Amino acid sequence: MSAVRIIRSREWARPVRPARREVVSVAPESDEGRPPLLFVPGFGHGAWAFAEHWLGHAASRGFPAHALSLRGHGASEPAPRASLRAYVHDVVQVAASLPRQAVLVGHGAGALVVAHALARYPARAAVLVAPVFGGWATFGAALRRNPAGTLPAVVGGRLRLRRAQLFSRELPDAEARRYVSALGGAGRRAQWQLLSRPALEPAVGDPPVLVLGSPDDRVVPAGALNRVARRYGSAPLLFPGMGHDLMLDVRWREPIDALLDWLEKEPAAR
Amino acid sequence: MSTSTDRPEPAATTLARGSDGRPVSDRGDTVCVIGAGASGLTAVKNLKEHGFGVDCYERETGVGGAWNWRHDRSPVYASTHLISSRPFTQFPDFPMPDTWPDYPHHSQLLTYFERYADHFDLRSHIWFGTEVIRVEPVEGDRWDVTTRSTGGYGPERTSRYAAVVVANGHNWSPKLPRYEGLEEFRGEVMHASSYKDPAQLRGKRVLVVGAGNTGCDIAVEAAQQASHCWHSTRRGYWYAPKYVLGRPADQVNDMLLALRVPLRVRQWLYHWTLRLTVGDLTRFGLPKPDHRVYETHPIANSQLVYHVGHGAITPVPDVARFDAYGVELTDGRRIDPELVVFATGYLPRFEFLDPKVLGDDAGTGRPTLWLNAFAPGYPTLAVVGLLQPDSGVFTLAHWQAVLFARLLRQRLVRPERAAAFAATVQARAGERYSGPVKDSTRHWFEVGHVDYLRAVQRALDSLEDR
Ligand SMILES: Cc1cc2nc3c(=O)[nH]c(=O)nc-3n(C[C@H](O)[C@H](O)[C@H](O)COP(=O)(O)OP(=O)(O)OC[C@H]3O[C@@H](n4cnc5c(N)ncnc54)[C@H](O)[C@@H]3O)c2cc1C
Ligand SMILES: NC(=O)c1ccc[n+]([C@@H]2O[C@H](COP(=O)([O-])OP(=O)(O)OC[C@H]3O[C@@H](n4cnc5c(N)ncnc54)[C@H](OP(=O)(O)O)[C@@H]3O)[C@@H](O)[C@H]2O)c1
Repeated sequence: MSAVRIIRSREWARPVRPARREVVSVAPESDEGRPPLLFVPGFGHGAWAFAEHWLGHAASRGFPAHALSLRGHGASEPAPRASLRAYVHDVVQVAASLPRQAVLVGHGAGALVVAHALARYPARAAVLVAPVFGGWATFGAALRRNPAGTLPAVVGGRLRLRRAQLFSRELPDAEARRYVSALGGAGRRAQWQLLSRPALEPAVGDPPVLVLGSPDDRVVPAGALNRVARRYGSAPLLFPGMGHDLMLDVRWREPIDALLDWLEKEPAAR
Repeated sequence: MSTSTDRPEPAATTLARGSDGRPVSDRGDTVCVIGAGASGLTAVKNLKEHGFGVDCYERETGVGGAWNWRHDRSPVYASTHLISSRPFTQFPDFPMPDTWPDYPHHSQLLTYFERYADHFDLRSHIWFGTEVIRVEPVEGDRWDVTTRSTGGYGPERTSRYAAVVVANGHNWSPKLPRYEGLEEFRGEVMHASSYKDPAQLRGKRVLVVGAGNTGCDIAVEAAQQASHCWHSTRRGYWYAPKYVLGRPADQVNDMLLALRVPLRVRQWLYHWTLRLTVGDLTRFGLPKPDHRVYETHPIANSQLVYHVGHGAITPVPDVARFDAYGVELTDGRRIDPELVVFATGYLPRFEFLDPKVLGDDAGTGRPTLWLNAFAPGYPTLAVVGLLQPDSGVFTLAHWQAVLFARLLRQRLVRPERAAAFAATVQARAGERYSGPVKDSTRHWFEVGHVDYLRAVQRALDSLEDR
């Protein structure tokens, strides 16, 4: 990671335009002073993906839980030309609007958005779930597994994810179909930036970062998962047998419990 | 809101005696922050983030300093809006809501600081209603800080700290010019710091002195409320609108700065833009500026010229003298205002500190510091917010605080880096970070935000591991 860069002329002179954002929140029954969690879905997903199981579960364990839809996703304002910077802006805006310093949890390419947001917001901690940090290797893997869904993205079309990439076989058909039909697409520029990979700036305040994923994820190869974890000085926490969408797969409870256990134990995150 | 009851009393361990023999409680490695305005808050937040214990003393009962209109020393008036647009004014890691206007109102600023304090749990570090009355260096680069309840009640208490951040603000102590005959003048006289509400001007013949941003704002209000408004300036200025080319003016300027367009070219472009939009102001009787744009602190006011054009503001030259019934101007004209508002600015004040500590050996009131923050010979002292940028203060104050926090950390882990830093402070104290500016106390702390941040960036890099 490069050193902190404090002259941000482009951000000052060309601020990101505001966009209406969808935020879904579940409050715990009583406020025990736990830090709020902000879940950031990956490209194509919306707040709905966390509203399904994880928000309610986190709240039942005492954490105020929020999920946002990046612009152009879910019920947020349409934004076909959105860039990675606009997504980062959305995350930082929602995080700063919470009453207390938040924990950021990003899934898929949402983990990359979170990694960038950490340079603009001092999160209490961060969790990167099945992180898609992009680059050509990830692209190659996606191309091998899902050529028809991946190729159009190269010429500016929409990246499409297939059911087998996202879920284990145990997930009932009807559910899987419902989720896949809810998928949307990310902005074209943002998709390209997954390949060109703008440099990550250092995280403000050095928050603890947990990486978790599945060795059987068909979007994030094990090597990529390890590389991300190594970048943050740790090894990934693994949930074998699960698909890329750990928050929707049948065994969704295991990773969220592990995540919350880690938060409860991590001194810096309290 | 928390008061002194929710936090432990400063350690009972009384190890030392102060200069006057009274007991001193030792606060160990804790850092003391004076003031909970924007600068003090960002100091508390960033020191905490770097692992330091922090005690902050605030003479008022709330956070926000100047932006808290409830404070008796707050200089804001009902119509105060930012002059620097949002992206330049917010803390770099806690943006204002993007649904707010380009130039938010002062009440929004207060909300912003209150939310910042709550978000990062800063209030539990702040002793409200507590005034710092003395700060003295003691051996080992430590500091004895003496406090008492605001207003002089209660006993004095002295605590010893590892480091001190002075964040007491420099826009609260009025600078009042002296005039012959002012005592005889029968009309009402006030400094802009006591101007709060346009009702104070309603129906009166008003003279506003000074054309900083305060004077211009008040003249505009007087144009709409007073029965007559004279606006006295001792020189001509560049009255820049808040928007140029359809965008906040500072954002346009920064596009040029990002392209590293030289100052002279930017000045030329700015003059040209102003000529096209605002036009030649001498036809209204305003004096021609005696300087290039950026050589006086920028005025951002789209309405002043408009009201001059309506005849609702009469521009007049400097005041020569007062007498019982009126004012004589330097061009010999006489006017008869009922109310005179001196918008003549503010002076810094550090009553709790020996002026020599801040390098003010001559006692002029002007400190000599490096990066407007670091005093030669005092490696554990920093002043935060002693800046008047051509942008917002808070972004710069944030990086000053981060720099100081990293310096304190390096003192512990890489003392040779901290020593090199101290040598730089010694060698470069008094350095300036702007182009040439007109000689006036109002420009003591004037900095160009990009020049300044480049210098801070180099200082941060010099401390970093490599
Ligand atoms: C009318 C007006 C408009 C302005 N508009 C802008 C703008 O648009 N953008 C911008 O960036 N800046 C603006 N400024 C500049 C303004 O000074 C800064 O925005 C900001 O308030 C500086 O914050 P600070 O924390 O350094 O000082 P302050 O806000 O003055 O806070 C200092 C705090 O320290 C406390 N304190 C002082 N002495 C002691 C003591 N001995 N013991 C304990 N506590 C103490 C005070 O009570 C106060 O709370 C404006 C100033 C004025 C006068
Ligand atoms: N809306 C806003 O956000 C806002 C509003 C107000 C103020 N501010 C900020 O607050 C700070 C203080 O501003 P300010 O306007 O109060 O003060 P200022 O910038 O110091 O302006 C003082 C004005 O009074 C004049 N003056 C000073 N002494 C004088 C004397 N003896 N005789 C005649 N004229 C004299 C100065 O003239 P010279 O130029 O000749 O010295 C200048 O025109 C600035 O940083 C400003 O940007 C912001």
